[in-house]
Amino acid sequence: MLENLTGRLQGVIKNLRGQARMTEDNVADAMREVRMALLEADVALPVVKEFIINVKARAQGQDVLQSLTPGQAVIQVVHDELTALMGKANVALNLAVVAPAIILMAGLQGSGKTTTSAKLAKLLKEQKKKVLLASADVYRPAAIEQLKTLAKQLEVDCFDSNASQKPCDIAAATLDFAKRHFYDVIIFDTAGRLGIDEAMMAEIKALHAQLNPVETLFVVDAMQGQDAVNTAKAFGDTLPLSGVILTKLDGDARGGAALSVRHITGKPIKFIGVSEKVDGLEPFHPERMASRVLGMGDVLSLIEQAQKNVDIDEAKKLAEKIKSGKNFDLDDFKAQMVQMRNMGGMGALMDKMPAQMSGMAAKMNTADAEKSMRRIEGIINSMTPLERRKPELIKATRKRRIAMGSGVEVQEVNRVLNQFEETQKMMKMFSKGGGMAKMMRGMQGMMGGKLPGMR
Amino acid sequence: MFDFFKKNSPGSNPVKSSLTERLKQGLSKTRQQFSSQLASLFGGGKIDADVYDELETILLTSDVGVAATQYLLDQLKQSVKRENLQDTTELKAALKAALLELLTPLEYPLTINEQKPFVIMMVGVNGAGKTTTIGKLANLFQAQGKSVLIAAGDTFRAAAREQLQVWGERNNVHVVAAESGDPAAVIFDAINSAKAKNIDIVLADTAGRLPTQMHLMDEIAKVKRVIDKAHAGAPHEILLVLDANTGQNAVMQVKAFDDALKVSGLVLSKLDGSAKGGVIAAIAQARPIPIRYIGIGETMDDLREFKAADFVDALFDA
Ligand SMILES: Nc1nc2c(ncn2[C@@H]2O[C@H](COP(=O)(O)OP(=O)(O)OP(=O)(O)O)[C@@H](O)[C@H]2O)c(=O)[nH]1
Ligand SMILES: [Mg+2]
Repeated sequence: MLENLTGRLQGVIKNLRGQARMTEDNVADAMREVRMALLEADVALPVVKEFIINVKARAQGQDVLQSLTPGQAVIQVVHDELTALMGKANVALNLAVVAPAIILMAGLQGSGKTTTSAKLAKLLKEQKKKVLLASADVYRPAAIEQLKTLAKQLEVDCFDSNASQKPCDIAAATLDFAKRHFYDVIIFDTAGRLGIDEAMMAEIKALHAQLNPVETLFVVDAMQGQDAVNTAKAFGDTLPLSGVILTKLDGDARGGAALSVRHITGKPIKFIGVSEKVDGLEPFHPERMASRVLGMGDVLSLIEQAQKNVDIDEAKKLAEKIKSGKNFDLDDFKAQMVQMRNMGGMGALMDKMPAQMSGMAAKMNTADAEKSMRRIEGIINSMTPLERRKPELIKATRKRRIAMGSGVEVQEVNRVLNQFEETQKMMKMFSKGGGMAKMMRGMQGMMGGKLPGMR
Repeated sequence: MFDFFKKNSPGSNPVKSSLTERLKQGLSKTRQQFSSQLASLFGGGKIDADVYDELETILLTSDVGVAATQYLLDQLKQSVKRENLQDTTELKAALKAALLELLTPLEYPLTINEQKPFVIMMVGVNGAGKTTTIGKLANLFQAQGKSVLIAAGDTFRAAAREQLQVWGERNNVHVVAAESGDPAAVIFDAINSAKAKNIDIVLADTAGRLPTQMHLMDEIAKVKRVIDKAHAGAPHEILLVLDANTGQNAVMQVKAFDDALKVSGLVLSKLDGSAKGGVIAAIAQARPIPIRYIGIGETMDDLREFKAADFVDALFDA
């Protein structure tokens, strides 16, 4: 995500960092680069223009001029302004109304409203809310069916509408149903529509008036180009939007829409969609995204993800072992891989690492790596508990048996054992102190050439 | 932006006809705004730096991209010198000519050859318009007197099959689908069924995927190989559907899908909105692949062959 913008800005940053003095010339050069980078990243032109004016003004201001490291100060300005563009801090959903709290979804065709509705339902269900999904998309074939199917998968209720009904009738019936059955939240999905389609815009305006939602969320495809300006404006003018959800950020090397949509609508980006799976929705943190864009990594999100998805007891046990530097066995090795997968796999993890590390990861095909992790798990599963605890027992005969059991060649078993030893060494290194830096080097060792995904 | 061709709102039916009328007015209003902006610019005044700035703005805000915009402006400046152009009317004509020259190689309509069945595989990112385009293509080919069969190769997205089935019913075309499972197997079956029934064209849908999802890109390459096994030489056409709303990411999409599959044609969907689809200029530079069709709405008639001249006219004259 955003590698493109990140890569370009890094070049600028490298240049700036070394500058002992900021002159009009080198600021102008840097800004030209920044402008190109933002445009290439699909940030809307008017937004780019304003951004550059702001950064320029501040780069020539006292703070920067008096700074001992003016290059660094300019980077800080860019970071600040990027954050400001995307909003200051995360803004959560506001559902504090008399139940049912209604969330209305709006956006262009194909922007991802239905999938996002389901993701939101999952999120709210996890917060112990009684959620009702409903769809008034009577236009796209089987759109209602799609929502119903997703609802069933999530074990969330879905209002039983159908394509022969009028959207406003569906809205009325949904409201009535939700009230009678004491739902906490209604997530109301609508058909995709063009900002210039006046009839359809009038329809959603009427739906809004009828439902009086506490949240009206504008769903935007992160890959959208310059027309984001017109579309965001059209939806913002028609509906009192309360927030934005940016979808498909996992596929996008640019994500410029993140920078422009908030600016144009003036509404916070509340969530970002980062995978096709139903749990692929994350709260949006502007300052973290700005760091990410500048290649500083998003360690905070990483930690949160870890807290949410990692089995704390397991992690503690593992941490103990790492600390003691002893007894790190194949079971732990496997547990470690499972934890990693629970956190969304290698791809998701690397995405949030500082650029320097993810640069390393970019050389690695994460999908292959994940496949090979699964294979490793299979191999370990074919070992007896004793073998897992005492890997040194595993000699030729046992190796052959394990290979047979997991359907691989003996060499693969050898490779896993080597990899395990490397990791064990790394764990010892970590326990002796030296912390992150050493561990990163260790990780490089562990992955270096050993995982088949590495190019 | 291709609104002058048409427009019906998606579920257009008699009840909504008055709304449709209002819609038409709405579209013409948008169109007027844009063209009046351009009219003043190209009104025949002197050529100065401001004019070039404005042109740059038009190109950039149409998603033409930094590199292609720079290229076009350079071309333009050269012809201004060479032909000693004086006013902005001439300048506009020159810019249109430069863009047309860039896009003309992409105007290369799809011809269905004597392969039977002629297999067309649709690919693209999530929500680009693959399934809808299949509905439109079925309509088009049947109108040309060809028999069509649809393969529901999206076995992943919820209700993808049901969506396609509706398009099958609308066109009175058989849709081969399986309860769940392997996309390659479904398409394999469909091709065999088409052979048995002497069908002319098989339209194979696939699940939307982002080029960053390596395993899904591998999967689609495998689907292609399996199709070749079912029918040597097939698929005969691989259509990548691009959403006209997409920015520079579309270039990446073209490269990634082409690297994985060798894409033979593009479809640019959703040109009925306010998005200009200018990214095809960048695509013409980076990875020229013929644009077979454009999508201009959600009904089955809303498909046109790509005409570079029309596209350029629409971009500048609206
Ligand atoms: N306005 C307009 N909408 C379109 C056009 N083509 C497709 N759509 C709409 O875009 C949305 C997505 O279209 P689909 O055909 O479902 O896209 P897809 O690529 O099959 O999507 P997935 O299978 O979910 O990846 C639907 O609401 C379509 O009606 C077009 O040319 N114009
Ligand atoms: Mg589809």
